[in-house]
Amino acid sequence: MAYTISRPKLNFAEKVYLPAIITGLGITIRHFINIVTGKTKVTMQYPEEKWDKKLPPYYRGAPTLVKDEYGRERCVACQLCEFICPPRAITIHAGEIPEKDRWRKVEKFPKEFEIDMIRCIYCGLCEEVCPEQAIFLRKDYAITGLTRQEMVHNKEKLYELGGVMTGLVYKWNDKK
Amino acid sequence: MIITIVVSLAKAIGLIFLIILPMVSYTVYAERRVSAMIQDRIGPNRVGIPLTLFGFPKDIPFYGLVQPIADAVKLLLKEDFTPAHVNKLYYWLAPACAMAPSMMALAVIPFGSQLWGEPMVVANVDVGVLWVFAVSSLGVYGIVLAGWSSNSKYPFLGGIRSSSQMISYELSLALSVIPIFMVCGTLNLPDIVKYQIDHGWLISPIWIKGISLFPPGINFQEIWRSIDILKIILWIPLFISFIVFVISMFAETNRLPFDLPEAETELVGGYHTEYSSMKFALFFLGEYAAMIAGAAVIVTLFFGAWHVPFLPTTLHNPYTVWGVLLGLIHITAFFVKVALLLFFFIWVRWTLPRFRYDQLMRLGWYFFIEIALVNVFIVAIILPFVPK
Amino acid sequence: MSAPTELLNVQIDGVWYQFKKGTRVIEACAQAGKFIPHYCYHPKLSSPGNCRMCLIEMGMPKTGPDRKPELGADGKPVISWIPRPQISCAQDITEGMGVRTDSSLVRECRHGVMEFLLINHPLDCPICDQAGECHLQEYSVEYGTAGSRFLEEKVKKPKRVELGPRVTLDDERCILCSRCIRFMKEIAHDDVLGFASRGSHTYLTAHPGKRLDSNYSLNTVDICPVGALTSTDFRFKMRVWFLKETKSICTSCATGCNTIVGSRENVIYRQTPRENDAVNSAWMCDYGRLNIHYVNSPDRLKFPQVREAQGLANVSWKTALAKAGEELKQFQRNSVAVVASAKMTNEELWLTKKLIDSLGTVYHDVVPRAGQADQLLMSADRNPNTLGAQLFGITSEYPGSKLREMTEKIASGEIRAVVALGEDLTQIGLAESDLKKLTALIVVGILPNETTRNASVLLPACAFSEKRGTMINIKGRLQRLNHATLAPGEARDDWEIIRDLLQQLTGSNGIYLIDDVFKEIAETIPEMTGLSFGRIGDHGVQLVEESEDAQPVAMTV
Ligand code: SF4
Ligand code: SF4
Ligand code: SF4
Ligand code: SF4
Repeated sequence: MAYTISRPKLNFAEKVYLPAIITGLGITIRHFINIVTGKTKVTMQYPEEKWDKKLPPYYRGAPTLVKDEYGRERCVACQLCEFICPPRAITIHAGEIPEKDRWRKVEKFPKEFEIDMIRCIYCGLCEEVCPEQAIFLRKDYAITGLTRQEMVHNKEKLYELGGVMTGLVYKWNDKK
Repeated sequence: MIITIVVSLAKAIGLIFLIILPMVSYTVYAERRVSAMIQDRIGPNRVGIPLTLFGFPKDIPFYGLVQPIADAVKLLLKEDFTPAHVNKLYYWLAPACAMAPSMMALAVIPFGSQLWGEPMVVANVDVGVLWVFAVSSLGVYGIVLAGWSSNSKYPFLGGIRSSSQMISYELSLALSVIPIFMVCGTLNLPDIVKYQIDHGWLISPIWIKGISLFPPGINFQEIWRSIDILKIILWIPLFISFIVFVISMFAETNRLPFDLPEAETELVGGYHTEYSSMKFALFFLGEYAAMIAGAAVIVTLFFGAWHVPFLPTTLHNPYTVWGVLLGLIHITAFFVKVALLLFFFIWVRWTLPRFRYDQLMRLGWYFFIEIALVNVFIVAIILPFVPK
Repeated sequence: MSAPTELLNVQIDGVWYQFKKGTRVIEACAQAGKFIPHYCYHPKLSSPGNCRMCLIEMGMPKTGPDRKPELGADGKPVISWIPRPQISCAQDITEGMGVRTDSSLVRECRHGVMEFLLINHPLDCPICDQAGECHLQEYSVEYGTAGSRFLEEKVKKPKRVELGPRVTLDDERCILCSRCIRFMKEIAHDDVLGFASRGSHTYLTAHPGKRLDSNYSLNTVDICPVGALTSTDFRFKMRVWFLKETKSICTSCATGCNTIVGSRENVIYRQTPRENDAVNSAWMCDYGRLNIHYVNSPDRLKFPQVREAQGLANVSWKTALAKAGEELKQFQRNSVAVVASAKMTNEELWLTKKLIDSLGTVYHDVVPRAGQADQLLMSADRNPNTLGAQLFGITSEYPGSKLREMTEKIASGEIRAVVALGEDLTQIGLAESDLKKLTALIVVGILPNETTRNASVLLPACAFSEKRGTMINIKGRLQRLNHATLAPGEARDDWEIIRDLLQQLTGSNGIYLIDDVFKEIAETIPEMTGLSFGRIGDHGVQLVEESEDAQPVAMTV
């Protein structure tokens, strides 16, 4: 089936094109004047002005690891985040929690947990996939460093950024 | 003889290095700022005097006015890369060809009345306007050579587009100024300016005479006499000339909406895709220089060049402070007019979408040439009735 | 020719098929492309039918009053369906049988079985090594529910139980399928596992006073459908979904069990058996399975070295090979000896033979390795390719028989240069002082030892997982090794090293790919005519008819 696309019938003013151009010029100059006179203000002057206070709760900043109210590191090194991470920013080496430890039931913990913040694209998939509610994208967005090594967040740094999060599911009690 | 050469050289160097080149860089800056503001952004507003480099706690931002210098430094420091597959000679020649013609065109433009009795035009030649067209049409070589020598398809397409576009629009460009010569009876640009001083700017339908600021005075009789129906009728074809000329100028300088030779969305970077560093910068500057030259021609032909209404054009003794001051005011007036036109160029660029290539060609060949031709005849018919 | 087997007609999901008599229903369904979920059933073990996952609807042909099957409109028997679901793993097909694998009753049964299995199952998936290859997870997604209706407390059972030196048990995850028990009893003939307690509290354990320490214990980890039995070696090392699986063969003894090498980013994490009924069924021994960690050793030789005044110094390959060639050219035919290894691939041995020929020496042999054979898989010959070495004439019918003479001549100084390919010369009775006496000692190896330390030219080579090649197992089966990981540092493929050595002596020989080597072999050796890497396939090719006395005699030096 061939389609015939109906073309709009143009009147003379539209055909000469100039009135439309003038209208267009009017629109752009209005924007220009508004910004020169300060009527429109869209841009935020970044380092001087920050929007930290206006960050929405769902803001996706740097991924971090959190501990819960019992001081337990929630991550069990299941490596699902490592698997889902699109740019492969996460590297985890798992270890075994010793038999005598308070959290022996958990058995597994991340010996090393690194997120390469040069690679991270702040997609939040790690947070979404984590079965243990251990990794969260917090509101830190100004992640900078002078060397590549500095930009790799190790476990200490991730817990420092993540801190403690309360009110999460507590699934490793002995009843479950 | 030697004095003439020295004076001409001084004028040329002064014009290029003191006025045009800074103007080119600041046109780029203006382009960025104006486009930003039209789009509700701010544009480059940071680069200033980097005091922190010298241990001070804060930089002076200066509205980003130092940006062009930073840009220039950046372009100079970039790697000057010559791809292996290019034709080296023409590849190197092209950027120079792009920059030089617009500078040469500026030689015949009267950018001021006089300073210390010296007329402010580098070369006062009788074929002024023809020189402008002749020289500025050389600009196409830069582009075509760049496109061809790059030996890669996008620049090549850009080069082809550019040459056919320039050839097409040169016709209407030249045709559209013929009425001006008929009215003024000369090709010499300073003479055209003189005509406009006597009879009013060509862009304006009526010209009030008899008001003067220095010395102050009003001559009502002369004001009355300056309103002339025939001259208003004559203004109509001149205005058409103006429109055609300006639009063709857009096409000649590859400005949007006619920037098909470097349409980023279609041709990556157009004819300068394969260029980097200072060679790229030369193209870039050449384009803006062409824009300035174009604006200068428009100002000269239609806006009375350096003329400021209600101010005397000369003093009896140009060597006094007042004489020099007046000369400087005229130079300033010229470049203010140019700057306003440049703003218009920029304004148009950030308003209109790009034409399709066939639309562009159709517009040139089917409309502008015809309009310009008919216009010549109209002027020829009206002219005998207009008193000199 | 075997007698034609009787074919039986079976209707599966409304379509009639024919299967051989004696096929189990679950297998017939599989052959018809209908997968039936199961836990306890394993094709190599008996069927206790205790997991109830493979329930299906079954029917028998309806018989009329004349005791003949009633025929329907299509001329096929009419089936009268049994109202209760039946297990499909423990039943053979019969003539005219009908099976429904996807009826609503079947679906409901599977749903119910899944719910029961998961009642007491812990929420361990994030820390469970089986996750990713766990049947419980898979079927739970396919046949189970998302949530649990079980509100009561779960039964607690022992976790982290050391069943044996290599196996760790988590009883909470066990679904009591008894596969492990049956394996130990029926295959390993070491009946150490069993269930204790009853009902929900039933748990798996080793019989009192016994340990799961059989050399085949890790096979229970493979067949455990869930994460109850885990390998202590592999535990928590790497999630299985990251592992790149490369089909290979085990090189720890002459049996050549077919394996899958699981590696990630150039590290080998585990080796598991691959089914091949002509070699290893579906099993392999723990010894071979765990004999992989040397590949990742940090001590691996990484750079070619030559001896200079201060000792061994890293040099480029070009320099090292040129030096080796220079040294070899100096010696008279029989003042050089070549000690090869029966761990080398056929391609390497073939090139070695050419090297021996061009050196013209009669002193060449491989080093035999003998161990205790067991009744199941392990062979007494611990070299994986003795047959290859014999076939290409590197060694005689009695591998190692020439070594004594060679060591004597080395000690007496008659042999002044030795090419050691992947073997430590101190293992054949040479002392370090003997090695120091040699004018040239060209060593190809992967790990440092006394010989590499005394080398005049040291050429680092590849471990079994880093190269392609073929080997001939004890039963004369030609099998393929595949490339799973990259060699460390500048180490090169052994065959390339030997080819380059050969080229130092004879000039270019037009061999650029390992396939070129194999082509040459296939053109020369009659047993291998017409073969190529592709033709060998994943399961290998039998070169000679199996015979019981193919076992080479292991010589001691
Ligand atoms: S936010 Fe996305 S990219 Fe960053 S670590 Fe998480 S999964 Fe990876
Ligand atoms: S997904 Fe969560 S629990 Fe698993 S490794 Fe990542 S952070 Fe740890
Ligand atoms: S056995 Fe399977 S279902 Fe159970 S915890 Fe392990 S992975 Fe999860
Ligand atoms: S440990 Fe595994 S194989 Fe053994 S009975 Fe339990 S689930 Fe079955």
